[in-house]
Amino acid sequence: MKLNVNGTDHQIDVEDDMPLLWVLRDVLDIKGVKYGCGIAACGACTVHLNGDAVRSCQIAAADAVGFEITTIEGMGTPDTMHAVQSAWVDLQVAQCWYCQSGQMMQAAALLQSIPRPTDADIDDAMNGNLCRCGTYPRIRAAVKQAADTLAKG
Amino acid sequence: MSKLKKITRRSFMIGSGLVAGGVAFGAYKVATPHANPLLAELREGEAAFTPFIKITADAVTLITPHTDVGQGVQTAQALLIAEELDIDLDKVTLSFGAPDPAYYNTALADEAVPFQSADDSLAARSARGAAGAAFKLLGLMVTGGSSSVPDSYEKLRMAGAVARETLKKAAADQTGQPVSALQTKQGAVVLPDGTRIAYTDLAKAAADIAPVTDVSLRDPSEWKRLGKPVLRNDIVAKSTGTQRYTIDLELDGMLHASVRTNPKRGGSAAQYDTAAAEQMRGISAIVPVINGIAVVADNTWRAIRAVNAIGCEWPDAPYPAEMADHWQAVSDSFTDDALDKEWRNDGDVNAALGKDAKGVQQIEAEYFAPYVAHQPLEPLCAVARTLETGIEIWIAHQMSRFLQQKVAAVVGCDADEVIFHQQMAGGSFGHRLEFDVVTQAAEIAVAMKGKPVKLTYSREEDFAQDYVRQISIGRAKGALKDGGVHAWQMDIASPSVTASQMTRLGQPAAGPDTQIAAGVWNMPYAVPHLSVRAYRTPELAPISSWRSVGASSAAFFAESFLDEMIHAAGADPVAERLRLIQSPLHRAVLEAVAEMSDWGAPLGQGQGRGVAIVESFGVPTAEVVQVRDTSRGIVIEKVWVAAEVGQVLDPINFENNVMGGVAWGLGHAMNCEITFTDGVADQRNFDMHDGIRMAQCPQIEVRGLTNGDKVRGIGEPPVPPAAPALANAIFAATGQRVRRMPFWNNVDFA
Repeated sequence: MKLNVNGTDHQIDVEDDMPLLWVLRDVLDIKGVKYGCGIAACGACTVHLNGDAVRSCQIAAADAVGFEITTIEGMGTPDTMHAVQSAWVDLQVAQCWYCQSGQMMQAAALLQSIPRPTDADIDDAMNGNLCRCGTYPRIRAAVKQAADTLAKG
Repeated sequence: MSKLKKITRRSFMIGSGLVAGGVAFGAYKVATPHANPLLAELREGEAAFTPFIKITADAVTLITPHTDVGQGVQTAQALLIAEELDIDLDKVTLSFGAPDPAYYNTALADEAVPFQSADDSLAARSARGAAGAAFKLLGLMVTGGSSSVPDSYEKLRMAGAVARETLKKAAADQTGQPVSALQTKQGAVVLPDGTRIAYTDLAKAAADIAPVTDVSLRDPSEWKRLGKPVLRNDIVAKSTGTQRYTIDLELDGMLHASVRTNPKRGGSAAQYDTAAAEQMRGISAIVPVINGIAVVADNTWRAIRAVNAIGCEWPDAPYPAEMADHWQAVSDSFTDDALDKEWRNDGDVNAALGKDAKGVQQIEAEYFAPYVAHQPLEPLCAVARTLETGIEIWIAHQMSRFLQQKVAAVVGCDADEVIFHQQMAGGSFGHRLEFDVVTQAAEIAVAMKGKPVKLTYSREEDFAQDYVRQISIGRAKGALKDGGVHAWQMDIASPSVTASQMTRLGQPAAGPDTQIAAGVWNMPYAVPHLSVRAYRTPELAPISSWRSVGASSAAFFAESFLDEMIHAAGADPVAERLRLIQSPLHRAVLEAVAEMSDWGAPLGQGQGRGVAIVESFGVPTAEVVQVRDTSRGIVIEKVWVAAEVGQVLDPINFENNVMGGVAWGLGHAMNCEITFTDGVADQRNFDMHDGIRMAQCPQIEVRGLTNGDKVRGIGEPPVPPAAPALANAIFAATGQRVRRMPFWNNVDFA
């Protein structure tokens, strides 16, 4: 099957039901997407399918064919950071970081659909993304800072 | 066994009552510094003045031996060196270094002795000195006990100063200028005419002279880097997905493994039916490991899927199969025979709480703290590859020298033939103090004969094998008189977390366990009649240090019951605590949160506030929690925190650690427990044990106080006050007293 990840097509030979998470990590060596739970309970594996935030542990590889798949690596690089990533750096959100690429993918999708999220919008959108270090107050502030940056264009 | 070794073993009691007697191991041995491990690897023209700094023609490398589990301590260690070395963090290379006795922990000893942190008596100092000497002698290299910053604070600044002065001396020799005319700035020695000689250009000359060790440390008022917000060295990588962790490592030809071991912890290996797994795609081997079985495959998913397809009939665990029997065992241990230590016996508690006591009101209560899991978000994983002799290991681990011994025993090599590559950790909270994942990785690697293997636990396996936080019960009686607290008997029972861990380390843990009543035996209150007794329940499920260890349960009991007494007496929770507290450092943190929260200000409909103050790891920490009772349930609106740490090295990282600790304490108090059915943990993933999520996490306002003489670590101390402050706030808002964690058993949260 053929998967489009971060703008590049990849021909792969895997089981149809292999989760996209593991295809990205172990077949395509895209390690920014993380394994946390395997049951959509933590959000560490969040990626975008055509711009929507999804849990890649729950997407079978065959079902991702034909979608534009975006991971944290496709969102921005250390030299060309997305507004969400810049806000994460400015506010030093990360502690261990393991959940944070999922958090950032979720936040970017939130800002795409709601450019000026309220606290309640942030709670709704981000509640499925678990951070065991407890960085939530900083995530909330960083989402708002990223919203400001994006609004200024 | 040599006499020295015997004495050392007998005297080595982490977390236990260590008494004076350090002289017994011989002052010479204790005073001798460990050899500098960097010297062995130096080539011509390279210099390493201390175990913490290496300078070559191309790079200045700072060695940061404490494990970074997300608490940002790699940056903190580097900053301490850089402050004296005069170099920016973006101009240095950071390395965790190799396991070596030179990196022994100088600060853990303070927590291991049964003396209050403020106790500066001869006995207290002798005990700390003896424990410290034991740690040094053994080269005990540990990250834990919130000790990284206290351990590093002087020695890393000293390392920076020694390097700086040695580089100046080398520059002086080279240029003929007097040392006194030279300055250092941004990685270079600066001559009087402004000429800069980079440290890297001085490496060769500096390597040829003896290190200048007669140096003094700069006063904090001169600091240019410490004490100010700093960009963590890992923050860009961590914000762009480029940071690599153990689970992300790829080696040429690497195989992927996953494992299942007996979920009835300590039970032996099963009979296995591997027929289905053998037929699955990508499987290259099925390998028995101690108490379990592993599958080796060509990717992680195939390994996990196949290992889950193996049929296993697990033999029973050595502990009770059902949860009710665990609670019963704890409940049954409030006996004279099980008394571990009577920590406090002030006044005459028996008389003050007796039937004949006059003019007092008496209350009593019982509290419960369940098992909880660590479960950092990066699951346990390790990479291993056998060598011709020995083995290479890649893992994030908090006790690398013990790890070498454990792995060596599996492989059948010497400990120094275990080549250890420390990794950045995706969280720990105490989880990366244990060894199963790495010894299993070694077993599998031995079977795979030189091929690198990455072992990754499924989340379900990680939960099943978690060495959980201790289960504990607190029983309290109090007497109130004249509107205040008059007498208090606080009894706490739990299995010994110290003994459980030390047994697995093959180390003795003699004497009472400081952790059973941690945060309570050292509480700052002068109650006229006070007793604190710790009771030791025999080992049940195996347990381990969970962020803040004993104080996470014991202080919940004590600060909750104190609140009950204060309310029964009709007093104010802050004012009555202040009346009882003698120590100025403890008073200051409580006064700080009262001021920050405007304690006593009128509250709105349904709102309530609770306060708690706990000292753990030498850090008095006070918290005020404000909740609102709504139609959706209890909402935690805001938390104010003040903690006394002596020095705040980086205000942003300090705030992050405090916020994280509060969130950790609140989340588990509200939502989490591990229970056992048929000997197996019932909670196997984050749908049943998640901690806290965005919608429940309050605003958290933080203040660091710096009145104390000693510099302390902040990773754990914010945890213990959170649960009782929340319980006390719920009582204030609703009149309902919650005495059992997790609170959701009795209270609805929004």
